Amino acid sequence: MDLSIFGYQFMQNAILSAVLGGIACGIIGVFVVTMHMPFVGVCMSHAAFAGALLGLWLGFNPLIGAFGVSLASAAIIGPLADRGELSPETSVGVIFSLMLGLAFLFMGLMPGTKSAALELLWGSILTNTRSDVMLLGIVAAVVVGLVFAFYKEFQATVFHRDMARSVGIPATLILYGILFLTGATITVSLSSIGGLLIFSLILNPAAAAYQLTYSMKRMFLLSAGFAVLSGWIGLLMSYLLNIPSGATIVIVSSVIFGIATILSPKRKVKPWQKKPLPEERR
Amino acid sequence: MINIENAVVSYREDVALRGVSLRVKSGEFVGIVGPNGAGKTTLLTIVNGLGKLVHGRVEVLGHLLTPGSGHFLRKRVGYVPQVENIDPRMPINVREVVMIGRYGLLGLLRRPGEHDWKIVDEMLELVGMSHLAQRPIGHLSGGEQQRVAIARCLAQEPELFLLDEPTASLDWRAKADILGLVKLIHNSRHLTTLFVTHDLSCLPVACNRVVLMKQGLIWGEGSPAKALTDDNLSQLYDMPISAVRERRKEAILI
Repeated sequence: MDLSIFGYQFMQNAILSAVLGGIACGIIGVFVVTMHMPFVGVCMSHAAFAGALLGLWLGFNPLIGAFGVSLASAAIIGPLADRGELSPETSVGVIFSLMLGLAFLFMGLMPGTKSAALELLWGSILTNTRSDVMLLGIVAAVVVGLVFAFYKEFQATVFHRDMARSVGIPATLILYGILFLTGATITVSLSSIGGLLIFSLILNPAAAAYQLTYSMKRMFLLSAGFAVLSGWIGLLMSYLLNIPSGATIVIVSSVIFGIATILSPKRKVKPWQKKPLPEERR
Repeated sequence: MINIENAVVSYREDVALRGVSLRVKSGEFVGIVGPNGAGKTTLLTIVNGLGKLVHGRVEVLGHLLTPGSGHFLRKRVGYVPQVENIDPRMPINVREVVMIGRYGLLGLLRRPGEHDWKIVDEMLELVGMSHLAQRPIGHLSGGEQQRVAIARCLAQEPELFLLDEPTASLDWRAKADILGLVKLIHNSRHLTTLFVTHDLSCLPVACNRVVLMKQGLIWGEGSPAKALTDDNLSQLYDMPISAVRERRKEAILI
């Protein structure tokens, strides 16, 4: 196997992007999974995609568009998710379809070739530049730093928002913080993984970690680890088999989830649970 | 301790409280009784600042509640909400859940220290849950989760103790245990306590005043013996007096 390819700058950028994007996505995923709001994340990633297309169409930086529109969608979704007493899925579904509609509208209005738009849809980690890597690094550092600094507030809010509120934690602020970080992570990962696929890299590694541990700290570490691993294995396979990288990364992360579910101690009946209670203890 | 004047709370199209006034003195144990939907839970939520007043004035622990001022107050008020289903795979154990009670007191950017863990372990001991300290919270039964909720509340070292239907959906034995625990806590700590229940058989004996609520209003109050007469209960629950007497007999049988 010829691995001299890893000596090239573009490949190094891709490997670094996989690490930094993986860490950010893996950590954000823990919030999405434990708060049971995967659909909110799907909605925000499509909002980011629509925003990036708006930027491409009107000729400003797609990253700014992506960030702006995903934050705007968070501002609408936030109050819905926060209320908690009624299921917000229907209203989030409406916003999701609106974002998808806007994305295709902007794509249709865009003059000339659509290759830049398609690249945002599929993503291509192999064309990431040093500045893309820098941006991913900044967001990953902010995400890790905030989780580290406000771990106990995040933990309480994720576990039970009303309980967190009742002990005096500003749970609403923390929830908006989580949505904001989700928007930022999706925005900077958009060019690497693509608007359609990015959400899988947020959901799958965290869902896999959720199967394996009862400790939230370990869940953060496992989830980030799985996301980085998905990126690396996906990258390697995409290079060896000459297949699209974003798709491969996402498929690898799904396979990791499948393996974690099969191996999960949470769904196994333990050996001692299979035996009837001995006579003397009845 | 608590001074509520003419409080009105509305959720969307419903009025949950329609002008409620209540005063509670330090060290009192007040039982709040009434049918489902009477506004009992809402009354607790305006005491800890989670509910939004649309009219009236609420003063708790010498602190006037205004929108946004709630979370300073909530650090000093312990609140045990109704039993809820917890995802059994939730990655958090019993000891960590009890520690959440101290998070508000600790404030931002400070981590729990040895002293905090010591208080958490003492509270787990008090509610008899030390042996389950390392278990994931979602694996516990309803009664055990309720004990953990009480431990979490006490770990907060509150000045006011609010319990919302702590015995609802629990079995017979677990109910009695929780009531015993609440009584023990009130007696040993002289903690001002508000206890909400729709089920009269779950009114703790430690209770020295009963507030009757119906349709968002306080409908009567007094000592348990004076307030909980057959006549009052029949009107409170819209049941004929004979049915109330029948229910009482059944309760005594148990």
